[in-house]
Amino acid sequence: MSEELFPEPEWLSEEVKTGTTIIAVTFDGGVVLGSDSRVSAGEAVVNRVMNKLSPLHDKIYCALSGSAADAQTIAEIVNYQLDVHSIEVEDDPLVCSAATLVKNISYKYKEELSAHLIVAGWDKKKGGQVYATLSGLLTSQPFAIGGSGSFYINGFVDAEYRKNMTKRECQEFVVNALTLAMGRDGSSGGVAYVVTIDKDGAEEKCVLGNELPKFFDQ
Amino acid sequence: MSSIGTGYDLSASTFSPDGRVFQVEYAMKAVENSSTAIGIRCKDGVVFGVEKLILSKLYEQGSNKRIFNIDRHVGMAVAGLLADARSLSEVSREEASNFRSNYGHDIPLKHLADRVGMYVHAYTLYSAVRPFGCSFILGSYDEDDGPQLYMVDPSGISYGYWGCAIGKAKQAAKTEIEKLQVDERKTCRELVKEVAKIIYIVHDEVKDKAFELELSWVGEVTKGRHELVPKDIKEEAEKYAKVRNRSSGDSHNKSSLQHGLLSYFCPDRNPWRRRMTLMRITCKQCCKPLFCHFTDCVPCFRHPGNSQLYCRQ
Repeated sequence: MSEELFPEPEWLSEEVKTGTTIIAVTFDGGVVLGSDSRVSAGEAVVNRVMNKLSPLHDKIYCALSGSAADAQTIAEIVNYQLDVHSIEVEDDPLVCSAATLVKNISYKYKEELSAHLIVAGWDKKKGGQVYATLSGLLTSQPFAIGGSGSFYINGFVDAEYRKNMTKRECQEFVVNALTLAMGRDGSSGGVAYVVTIDKDGAEEKCVLGNELPKFFDQ
Repeated sequence: MSSIGTGYDLSASTFSPDGRVFQVEYAMKAVENSSTAIGIRCKDGVVFGVEKLILSKLYEQGSNKRIFNIDRHVGMAVAGLLADARSLSEVSREEASNFRSNYGHDIPLKHLADRVGMYVHAYTLYSAVRPFGCSFILGSYDEDDGPQLYMVDPSGISYGYWGCAIGKAKQAAKTEIEKLQVDERKTCRELVKEVAKIIYIVHDEVKDKAFELELSWVGEVTKGRHELVPKDIKEEAEKYAKVRNRSSGDSHNKSSLQHGLLSYFCPDRNPWRRRMTLMRITCKQCCKPLFCHFTDCVPCFRHPGNSQLYCRQ
């Protein structure tokens, strides 16, 4: 194949990023995680239906953003470590254990990796918790947003978040935030994945494009 | 004691024909030679008490502690070879610290006991090393899981307990602990006095002269931190213990006797011709029952020239 007639598309050499919107919010009795589904390599959309909410344990999930490969690998490694850990201590792992494991990897390899994971889940000691682990820091927060689309909704979440929402209100809040971000960020789009975790387990849901709420758009 | 397990007791990597690893049993004997340590769990914490024998008047008070802090919330009381115990306390500290660094929270006590037990067990597998000659009791308090108490012995097994004792007077101490009927009802403050009393009771004043009592606790009263019992509470507990001991000990010169099961093998018997018949004898002095595992050997070889039968620990 001659280079002049069919030049290699740029996106083949671009790193595959999950330019993304991810969000995790605590409510009274659990957490709700949400993400969009677009994976981009430069200007091309490589996957328009990727689920960026990946399970670390039965009641602990993490939301991936940044480089797709880095984020997925961290999630897989921590999933394995949590499995071993929960068998050794003969109990479900705490959310802060999962978050610390993610933080340890993110911090140790911070020069090589570029991924930001939000870890959220439910455990019996402290209930629903959300941890942000950007570049190797670790903080517990009532809610956290991440990814390129999150910049557009900072004001929205700050204004609209309330403590001790019910499960329904929290799910609506997450879907609204995702929709607004996907509407303005070129690297976010597709469908919205929502995972709700409480003491009874984790429930995954996919909200298709035409079911997303409609905001002012001319 | 030369004919016990002849040939099969030289290394920990050899079983005897009747399925025992003698080196591990000898290690447990080393623990039984040391002075007593007890740990008791109550509704809101754990209390440790150690009878620390003072071998020389020149020792500084408080030296050679036998209670260690493993993590903020975990304490360890030991019996046996103190140097082995110190090395194991370092191992436990590392385990607890690594756990916190990897997982972000305090190590659950059962997990710590399992991990240190595994380490102790590893030294019972090879002929190049000897088993650790110490047992230890680990205790902790957590708001959610409550108080916990585990004991690890030289074979590497760990057990969870309400109350346990290790060392030379462990049988007598266990009897006393059972009498306490410790369960959900007592608090740490009441238990400190009882622990001091038990140590004073099991201390043998004839054989071992001076001793120092080490007391420590961890529980709601210390907000989950393992600490030595404060001086004023300790003095109060010792006063209580001395009074109680004096009043119950005069009946038959109790301080020179300790009651317990005789379950060692008589050194003069050929192990191949051993007949294990349980013979019930009573101690002439206190009329408490003793058991001998041999049909016709003298149970108390501590007093071979003496025709009277005493019980011994």
